[in-house]
Amino acid sequence: MTEYIHKKVQSIKFRVMSPKIIKKMSAAKVVTPELYDKEGYPVDGGLMDIRLGVIDPGLTCKTCGSKLKECPGHSGYIELARPVLHIQFITTILNLLRCSCRECGRILASEAEIGAQKRKLKKIIAERGLKEKNTAIKTFLQKVRTVSKCPHCRSRQIPVTLEKPTRYLEKDKRLSPIEIRSRLENVPDNDVELFGIDPAALRPEWMILTILPIPSVSMRPSITLQSGERAEDDLTHKLGDIVRINQRLFENINAGAPEIIIEDLWDLLQYHVTTFFKNDVAQLPPARHRSGEPLKTLSNRIKSKQGRIRHNLAGKRTNYSARTVISPDAMLKINEVGVPSQMARKLTVPERVTSWNIEYLKSLIQKGPGVYPGANYVTRPDGRRKRITDETKEELLEELEPGYTVERHIIDGDVALFNRQPSLHRMSMMCHRVKVLDGKTFRMNVAVCNPYNADFDGDEMNLHIPQTEEARAEAEILMEVQTQLISPAYGLSVMGCVQDAVTGNYILTSGTKMSRHEAISLLYSLGIDDFTKLRKNELDGKEIFSALLPNDFKFNGRNNACIAPGDPCKSCPKWKNNKCQLDARIDIVDGQLMNGVIDSKQLASGSGLLLRNIHKQYGPDMTATILTNLFKLGIKVLLKYGFTVGLSDAELTDDVVAEIKEEIKKAYEEVEEVIATYKSGDLKELPGRTARETLENMILGILNKARNKTGEIVARHAKADNPILTMARCGRGRTLNLAMMTACVGQQSLRGGRISGGFHERSLSCFRKKDLGAAAHGFVKNSFKDGLSPAEFFFGAITGRDSLMDTALRTPRSGYLYRRLSNAMQDLKVEYDQTVRDASKQIIQFNYGEDGIDVSKSEKGTINVQKIVTNVCGE
Amino acid sequence: MSEELIKEYIDVIPNSLLDQVRKHLPAKAKKAEVKKILELLREEFDNMQIEAGECVGLVAAESIGEPGTQMTLNTKHFGGVAELQVTLGLPRLIEIFDGRQNISTPMMEIYLKNPKCSVEEVTKIAGKIKETPLSELAKSFEVNIADATIEVELDKEAVAQAGIRVATIVKRLQTGLKNVNVKNKEDIIFIKVTKEGDELNKLYAVKETSKGVFVSGIKGVTQVLPVKIGEEYVIKTAGSNLKSVLKMDEIDTYKTRTNDIFETCKVLGLEAARQLIIDEALNVLETQGLDINIRHIMLAADTMTVAGEIRGITRYGIVGQKSSVLARASFETPIKHIIAAAERGEIDKLNSVIENVMINQPVPIGTGLPGLRTKEQGKGT
Repeated sequence: MTEYIHKKVQSIKFRVMSPKIIKKMSAAKVVTPELYDKEGYPVDGGLMDIRLGVIDPGLTCKTCGSKLKECPGHSGYIELARPVLHIQFITTILNLLRCSCRECGRILASEAEIGAQKRKLKKIIAERGLKEKNTAIKTFLQKVRTVSKCPHCRSRQIPVTLEKPTRYLEKDKRLSPIEIRSRLENVPDNDVELFGIDPAALRPEWMILTILPIPSVSMRPSITLQSGERAEDDLTHKLGDIVRINQRLFENINAGAPEIIIEDLWDLLQYHVTTFFKNDVAQLPPARHRSGEPLKTLSNRIKSKQGRIRHNLAGKRTNYSARTVISPDAMLKINEVGVPSQMARKLTVPERVTSWNIEYLKSLIQKGPGVYPGANYVTRPDGRRKRITDETKEELLEELEPGYTVERHIIDGDVALFNRQPSLHRMSMMCHRVKVLDGKTFRMNVAVCNPYNADFDGDEMNLHIPQTEEARAEAEILMEVQTQLISPAYGLSVMGCVQDAVTGNYILTSGTKMSRHEAISLLYSLGIDDFTKLRKNELDGKEIFSALLPNDFKFNGRNNACIAPGDPCKSCPKWKNNKCQLDARIDIVDGQLMNGVIDSKQLASGSGLLLRNIHKQYGPDMTATILTNLFKLGIKVLLKYGFTVGLSDAELTDDVVAEIKEEIKKAYEEVEEVIATYKSGDLKELPGRTARETLENMILGILNKARNKTGEIVARHAKADNPILTMARCGRGRTLNLAMMTACVGQQSLRGGRISGGFHERSLSCFRKKDLGAAAHGFVKNSFKDGLSPAEFFFGAITGRDSLMDTALRTPRSGYLYRRLSNAMQDLKVEYDQTVRDASKQIIQFNYGEDGIDVSKSEKGTINVQKIVTNVCGE
Repeated sequence: MSEELIKEYIDVIPNSLLDQVRKHLPAKAKKAEVKKILELLREEFDNMQIEAGECVGLVAAESIGEPGTQMTLNTKHFGGVAELQVTLGLPRLIEIFDGRQNISTPMMEIYLKNPKCSVEEVTKIAGKIKETPLSELAKSFEVNIADATIEVELDKEAVAQAGIRVATIVKRLQTGLKNVNVKNKEDIIFIKVTKEGDELNKLYAVKETSKGVFVSGIKGVTQVLPVKIGEEYVIKTAGSNLKSVLKMDEIDTYKTRTNDIFETCKVLGLEAARQLIIDEALNVLETQGLDINIRHIMLAADTMTVAGEIRGITRYGIVGQKSSVLARASFETPIKHIIAAAERGEIDKLNSVIENVMINQPVPIGTGLPGLRTKEQGKGT
């Protein structure tokens, strides 16, 4: 028979350990609360018994014979003098006590009812799943609870109540754990199933502990403090308490102490065992250190974000990773990452020695770990790993032969994963090619800032080096930057030109002229050496831009200046002589930009239509190259022509200032007028609003109009080459920004209205009460350049603080939503039959998104049919 | 002619795309051109198909979750009137995916059968819908101590606007108040307290409670606002009661909608609720200026509704009902889940992602899906 290996762990079964199993898996029985003898050696039969594992260097485990770090630890047990309840099973025990007969142990239902319920449960689990089964069990038990006479033995039942946390009362008589245990023993397996308990996994009496398993020493290691003192783990402390009380209970029972003393000790033992499992039981005071800090016991170790499950099991740590500050480098390709050479000497890639690369690897070993392209470790075929040092170097060089593995330093072109937290989408971790550089920061192309949501105000990022061939292949094919260009969320480019690159391309394509000589030197500085497209001696910027495009590229579009982007150009008022007066129509024919100014609409992320089309026609690699080149081109153009903003760009002539002042004064007067009408009661109410609301609305309208007008005035009077305006035109901001700097900042709004409240009937104490005017409610009439008055500045601070608060409060809420969504949907995948199914193979959708289109392969999630039609039939 | 060609592709290209072809196709297109268009379309469509094994769920979660960080928190949109504010932004999105029974601002959009009717008619219908207490219809409340009666003088205009008859008001009052006898004489309603004892106090108490008795309109609808959208009048309401509104004759039952998902599910069924989840979520994202493909929201809505009822994305909803113990434990309240699993003797088959992450095995998604079957060296034949 042939054997196939696919999975090591097939399934995990959950069950409760029976006392028998506990004893069987135990290496030692703990009998004494002492930990160490006078020499500091673990006591036999104590909690640190060396049969339970070793945590001291030099000692050997008595059970497995291995030393520290090799011994996995072995569990032990204590025999409890009297049984105690397990706190986590309290409600289950209560259910069992209430619904089973106190005499014969049968469930309080007749045979007929039992049979019916069993059939019903079987049907429910098959048809409707676990949740429905649980509710069915609950309702059945609810019914059975009220039965007062056992249908099997006719004995009368007494209601059982639970006095939290761990006392069961039958009327007023307390049930001791011994009694409870003997009752639970009586419940037959057949009836246990009706409680939703699998008797093979949990016999009811196991819920009452007669012996307590002791976790191995390696699970609760002690720490040696600097003073040489030993500090024990919280669990050890707790177990010490249990053993001590248990011992005393034993002694008292043996000595025949009065029942009341035994009861007290018994309760104390119950308390310690309870807090050992769970130290935040509602009705119990938590067990504390001498310092008053609550002990971290078993349930604390598992629970919450810092617990075992979320911290250690669902979250993994890696080696071969690095983290440092990031900084920009526009000369890198978008899929490159600059790695400091210091890091390159620590981060390694294992390379298998073959007869082809042996000489090369030997040269790396020769250099060793200290000199840059060197190597750090050599692994022999038997798995022994040896560090390369000056001493071992010669020996390793000699024995190196095919089959060995050398861990060499990373070099340019190696595959690395680059990541920035919070990793909110898959573009937060992409594969880059290593480029080893001087300096101490990671360098990256600015175009990839957007998917990572990174900036350079001190952001740090992580780098991981995949270590296996499979991992590298997956990283390259699935995660490399160019494969992630199109966002799976909305089907457009997530990377594009930003900042200066946009402005540069805008300036270049909006009428810049240069000589062929200049153009060549410009393009050559980007690394382009194909100048066949530059034929004339005097070149237009559009022609230079075209040099970066593929020769058969065809594209139509509109830019930000277009006044009617949806309509055909022929019906546009700006369409004269077959040409757009605003140069807003972009036509690229045969890789030649015929007309149109390139701006953010074509290049920036999120819209980037030009890039999207290049991606569609030429694929990811080409797009990445073109994007990199466009980016560099933009920057180089600005470098060549210069682009700067200064205070003088926000300067206005006196008559413009007067015009603006007049405009604002007019608005103020208008506001006063409206207020006067309101006060006289003549204000006509808008439908569905009170007079006051109508007033607010009108004032807001007047002031907004005034501010927009000042903006227009500024835009009209500003010089055409005003750099702030240029930026606004190419899509890096708005004209509003210039208006705020030069003319008027405008209304500060809070919660959708003007600022009000704060003081009694006024917003700030420097205004009159009940003043409804513009200035008293947050209108800032000054510009940033002129400077704000104290009140205006304060209003600005109010809105600033409000948005800060909003951000701070939003982050955890949206984070939680995201966590829930991803937890709920992480198992959904497309099957080979096109259906979307979850882990239990339940069909969620018959065809993904009803048409099976992958958003990251599409254009905004659909196909542009119109384009295909025009491509075939012409316009 | 071209229609025949298009019909040939009905099985390979979805209808929505074919409709687009019909729309954009020039009338004089040649047969060869149509054929070429359709072939190109089919090729493009095939190239866009999603690949098997793609973890669409996680991509959807990311696509919805990531823009969440960009949303504003305190957005309330005023639908014209201050009372008619609607929760928007992140809180609303959370509300939708929580699958909450009681939403913070239930709202309806009521379309009319006759959308071009006059303003008066619309206000009349709106008046009929709005839940009105007696105090809004009455001019005065007077207490007649001698007869132990309360005399309520009705406001004729208001009554007319609410579109209700006096007899109905009397009936509603009779059922709405306890121990009283209600009669009317034209516009005056007499409420006689029948129960003996401490009469004066009782009388005043009844007077106060009678003010609050709802005598007209639809229960739950606290505000109405007729709005003109384009040529059409739409009545927007605060408060929602779809079932009663749909019974009204003047209403366009096809277009009238509420934003209460549970109510929609109860009245119109699960598929309607699914569509509402999609519409509402998309609407929230759109008003925030965020662009997210509908597929992701559709997938979330489908996971919420596969079970035949609305399950929220919470620890009690979808996540709490996963078949894998470890997957449930990894989300919230791990101890509860582990203990319950131990009692039932549950078996975790390790089918989904998180369990395999926990035990360091390849996850059954994407490239973790295909296995390589090979013989171990030296074994077998």
